[in-house]
Amino acid sequence: MNVLVAASQTLVGLFVDDGSLAIAILMIVLVSGIFSILMPDMPLVAGAMLLIGCLAVLFANVMKAAQD
Amino acid sequence: MNWTTAAPAVTTAFLSSLVEGVEALTIVFAVASVRGWRPAALGTLAGLALLLLIVVTLRPLLNRVPLHALQLIIGVLLLLFGMRWLRKAILRAAGVIALHDEGIAFATETEELRDQARQHEAQLNWLAGLASFKAVVLEGLEVVFIVIAVGAGRGLVGAASLGALAACLVVATFGFALHRPLERVPENTLKFAVGVMLSAFGVFWTGEGLGVLWPGEDLAIVAIAALFLLVALAAVALTRRRAGAFP
Repeated sequence: MNVLVAASQTLVGLFVDDGSLAIAILMIVLVSGIFSILMPDMPLVAGAMLLIGCLAVLFANVMKAAQD
Repeated sequence: MNWTTAAPAVTTAFLSSLVEGVEALTIVFAVASVRGWRPAALGTLAGLALLLLIVVTLRPLLNRVPLHALQLIIGVLLLLFGMRWLRKAILRAAGVIALHDEGIAFATETEELRDQARQHEAQLNWLAGLASFKAVVLEGLEVVFIVIAVGAGRGLVGAASLGALAACLVVATFGFALHRPLERVPENTLKFAVGVMLSAFGVFWTGEGLGVLWPGEDLAIVAIAALFLLVALAAVALTRRRAGAFP
């Protein structure tokens, strides 16, 4: 059981280090996804939202980590 | 095979495997220095066999997932994985967190194994082999994920695997020629580059999964990577300047 818990913790650790960064990324994907469903004629706008959102989230997260 | 599509995938697989290979080799060397090559080699071989089994099991499963769903799932995982790498590489480059040091990693692992030797002499070969096995599996899992993630969306898993394999051969050749951990590899620069590429692949595949038709098709990956690089370098410069202003 302990081995399974350790293995799953390691697996999650591959993708999540800073929880707030992971949540922010998932929110950006969610918002872009909802936009692409509501506005199927403007897929590039959804792509731009995704790209700019991820860049902004990364920048903001690094700045916050450096400040802390 | 179209090289415009394949080159970023193969390069990313090669560079990331170089980083992970160096880290795994450090632990294997530590095991070998404390307990000899037999447990180190056995642990390594067992780890490689498990990784091979994972790849062989996963590959046919991937073919059953619809392409858009596969792109979306892999894209999101790549975003989480790649941006985590890139964040850490930025913070290391800016001096906010310490650089990863293979010399320290080797010394720490060696000391831990010697400690275990004092406590469990009878089981030491087993523990040493396990340490080697764990290092190969943990670092190798990241390589397996990257190879599948950058290759699956365009049927490039084979090409990306060759890139990863080439990197492992390079690391093993240099490691065994020098007989010590590879401390001079610019690990954070490699992690920075890989983080940029993985994040770019993540945005690209997630977008494709959401139905985005990127201008320039696969070439968009390079443009997205350039934007990530720009933002990452700006974050490093700004963080360093702030640290200089408020030491």
